[in-house]
Amino acid sequence: MVLTSKLLAGKVALITGCSQGIGKGILEMFAQNGAAVFANDVVEGSLDSIATALTDKYQVEITPLYFDVSNSEQVKQAFDKVKAHSEKLDVLVNNAGIMIDALLPMISPDILTKLFSVNVFGTIYCMQYASRIMMKQKQGSIINLASIVGVEGNIGQVAYSGTKAAVVGLTKSAAKELARYNVRVNAIAPGFIDTAMARSIPEQAFTEKLNAIKLGRIGTPEDIAGGALYLASDLASYVTGQVIGVNGGMLV
Amino acid sequence: MDSTSKLKQVFADSLGLPLEQITDDLKYHSLPEWDSIAHMSLVAAIDDTFSITLSTDDVINLSSFAAAKEILTKYGVNF
Repeated sequence: MVLTSKLLAGKVALITGCSQGIGKGILEMFAQNGAAVFANDVVEGSLDSIATALTDKYQVEITPLYFDVSNSEQVKQAFDKVKAHSEKLDVLVNNAGIMIDALLPMISPDILTKLFSVNVFGTIYCMQYASRIMMKQKQGSIINLASIVGVEGNIGQVAYSGTKAAVVGLTKSAAKELARYNVRVNAIAPGFIDTAMARSIPEQAFTEKLNAIKLGRIGTPEDIAGGALYLASDLASYVTGQVIGVNGGMLV
Repeated sequence: MDSTSKLKQVFADSLGLPLEQITDDLKYHSLPEWDSIAHMSLVAAIDDTFSITLSTDDVINLSSFAAAKEILTKYGVNF
């Protein structure tokens, strides 16, 4: 993608779960577009080399911030650091998430707890503290990663799709609560995206999914990053409460 | 200005009430001025004034002026 101007110049963003896959793609696109980014992952040290490389490449400040989004206290401490370091936060991307597939009778309480803790509780915790900063600024953009299966459902993903459907609902509710403060909240619902997670499924299932995509190709992390860039930028200043499908016309 | 006066001023400004109405007995939802929207403004003003970030538990427990003083004590503010 070639852009003629840096859409996020002067903005400060926090992206969760960005050591690989979609999060990494969003991180690079935000850096390319001039944002200073607090890059989060739960694995200590996993972003150090990426942050250094992107800082050198794009001449923007990329700060690794290691915390577990499902731990409310760690989330609070992370946002305290953001406040102390930057005194503002323009964009939050809630990308951190886990996927565990299980047919309905096989969903254990442990699976449910893990999925909802990260995908739903983590998203809400980060929105709570980000919105506190953004409300004071009277501006901000929160972008939550949902999924096509959160809207359409999928075999073997009752629990996972439940978390992503929750993300759709919490996005729309937060958008309504925060609109009075000029804080926008939107979600992206990716389709089948070329990540390590997607490549791990059986070959036949992979081909079937590919055949269901109208644009005839698997999506890339950059495709999702493009949607996030739009929602983060002032181009989307009148867009809130939306769930944008970035899926190549995929049918589930 | 001492901490109590500072906090009273924050309450008065955030809730749009005269200073003399800010007493220990002032409770969340006891007046139309202290509704959930004003509560958010109050939390933001407390954060700013005392350079802290109230935790979510403290935001929920901030149910009166007296409770606010008690909570702020945990953050090292002396009354």
